[in-house]
Amino acid sequence: MLTILFDGIAYGMLLFVMAAGLAVTLGLMNFVNLAHGAFAMAGGYATVVLMTRFGVPFLACLPLAFLFSAALGLVFERTLYVRMYERSHLDQVLFSIGLVFMAIAAADYLMGSSQQNIQLPSYLQGRITVAGVGIGVYRLFLVVICGLMALGLQLILARTRFGSQLRAAVDDRRVARGLGIPVGTVFAITFAFGSGLAGLGGALSAEIVGLDPGFPLKFMLYFLIVVTVGGTSSLTGPLLAALLLGVADVMGKYLVPQLGAFIIYAMMLAVLMIRPQGLFARGR
Amino acid sequence: MLTSVPPETRETSAPAAFLNAKAAWRWPEYLFWLSAFALILLLPNRHLLMNEIAILGLFALSLDLILGYAGIVSLGHAAFFGVGAYAAGLLTKYGVTEPVTGLLISGALAGAAGFLASFMILRGTDLTRLMVTLGVALIFHEIANRLDWITGGTDGLLGVAPSAILGRFEFDFTGRTAYVYSLSVTFLLFLAARRIVNSPFGLSLKALKDNRLRAATIGIAPNRRLIAIYTLAAVYAGMAGALLTQTTQFVSLEVLDFSRSADALLVLVIGGSGYLYGGLIGAIAFKLMKDTLSAMTPAYWIFWMGFILVILVLIGRDRLVAGIARPFAPLLRLIGGRRP
Repeated sequence: MLTILFDGIAYGMLLFVMAAGLAVTLGLMNFVNLAHGAFAMAGGYATVVLMTRFGVPFLACLPLAFLFSAALGLVFERTLYVRMYERSHLDQVLFSIGLVFMAIAAADYLMGSSQQNIQLPSYLQGRITVAGVGIGVYRLFLVVICGLMALGLQLILARTRFGSQLRAAVDDRRVARGLGIPVGTVFAITFAFGSGLAGLGGALSAEIVGLDPGFPLKFMLYFLIVVTVGGTSSLTGPLLAALLLGVADVMGKYLVPQLGAFIIYAMMLAVLMIRPQGLFARGR
Repeated sequence: MLTSVPPETRETSAPAAFLNAKAAWRWPEYLFWLSAFALILLLPNRHLLMNEIAILGLFALSLDLILGYAGIVSLGHAAFFGVGAYAAGLLTKYGVTEPVTGLLISGALAGAAGFLASFMILRGTDLTRLMVTLGVALIFHEIANRLDWITGGTDGLLGVAPSAILGRFEFDFTGRTAYVYSLSVTFLLFLAARRIVNSPFGLSLKALKDNRLRAATIGIAPNRRLIAIYTLAAVYAGMAGALLTQTTQFVSLEVLDFSRSADALLVLVIGGSGYLYGGLIGAIAFKLMKDTLSAMTPAYWIFWMGFILVILVLIGRDRLVAGIARPFAPLLRLIGGRRP
């Protein structure tokens, strides 16, 4: 039972790292980016290619996956996304759906439609028992890495100069620009960083959920749930929402498999009905 | 303009005249429907494709009712399409084989589902609505997937054999009956939709779309109208689904797919929303494009679909449509399109 709970937490942490970038773009910048999963998929595929073709060790792949997705995100932000910030939500939805379709077909073309798996190094396999609870080593690894990430993000956002610049730029673009904050650069860096995190998450998740061209579509909803249910005012909300979602999803699948994904959809609808601003949002 | 009209005539006839002027039929509209019906005779071997176009057009029309007239961005309109499709399939399989009866019942069931779902879209922002519509569609997909002893699950519902329409017209292999049937239903529903959006009710919806707060302050109750139009759109979508089931004699989980909702949005992007013909014109363009693309690159046509979407949005839907439509501008204005 506790093992399942722990698996759920690990899964939730993973979801948080993948969705953290979206929490900023969608939650803070109010930009509906349904293509966020495509960047996660890019990171996952980068890892697969690096490991199988070039024999790069798994741990070294992770930062590379981050860099790859971040670079991709930067290019896309500068060339395409930057034009979409001021558009209507409908335009943003259509634009990012188009990107998702392109990403799916491109992944299919480049990598084939079969599911890719990666071979974890032996020191991340197996289980250990802590206080009578069996814990997968890789799950533990996930929780530690993602926990550190979450902590780091919160610190960057709350404590650094860049963080305050970002928050200012999000709150009011014009005033921030007037104060001499390079809003465009701040957004670009944030977007690239968010994409990089998604890529890292994709690389980490390849072992747990598998990787195929349908990935961006499959996880689009999960990311959106994390952000909308978590509320859009801070990173704590999405973190809690991701943990809740991860635990609910894993537990649901183990305990009542016949309900399938039903639980999380119903949960999401219930939350959005009762609190349209998200569970952990400040009242506006 | 209104100031030049004497007060007493403005009082009584100006609003009515305004509505009547908007609702008047113009010659390109006659042309459009005449050619649609003429295709029954002119292109006898493309009836199957044209049947699909008519159904997609009806589905996009139903999305246009909520997107173009009420401003609700929905990512899950396929939910109601699916309800209609499965309802029609099950009805046909278990007794009610007459298509028109099945169509009406399926539409009513989808409408009921839409009515219930509409209460969830009243609150929150665009984003919340997006999530709710998407979530509803996913739940329906999941239900259809799990109830495989009724719906056939991933294998689809087999053995759907509708009898002759109104006991008179049998479905044939060339798809001629199917096309005539779908086109007639689409036409009749279009007429109804046209009547509705040109009524005071339709106008009040547009007011709501433009500014909900302001509309509410002049005494337009938003919620009741949104529920009404959402339910109506669900009925339309359900009937489109029922048409698909009856004419293809098969239902699969694919009717509830996310890509179906996305397709409808794409159709409206191509055709333009808010003047009813957008869905129909867009459906023609979309189907022909998809046919050509999937003939060229069978596996990767989805890439080009995405590409077209991105380009359309980047260049600006209005500007691009205006550019292409400039030669046809008088025509479009005549059927009530937005001025470019």
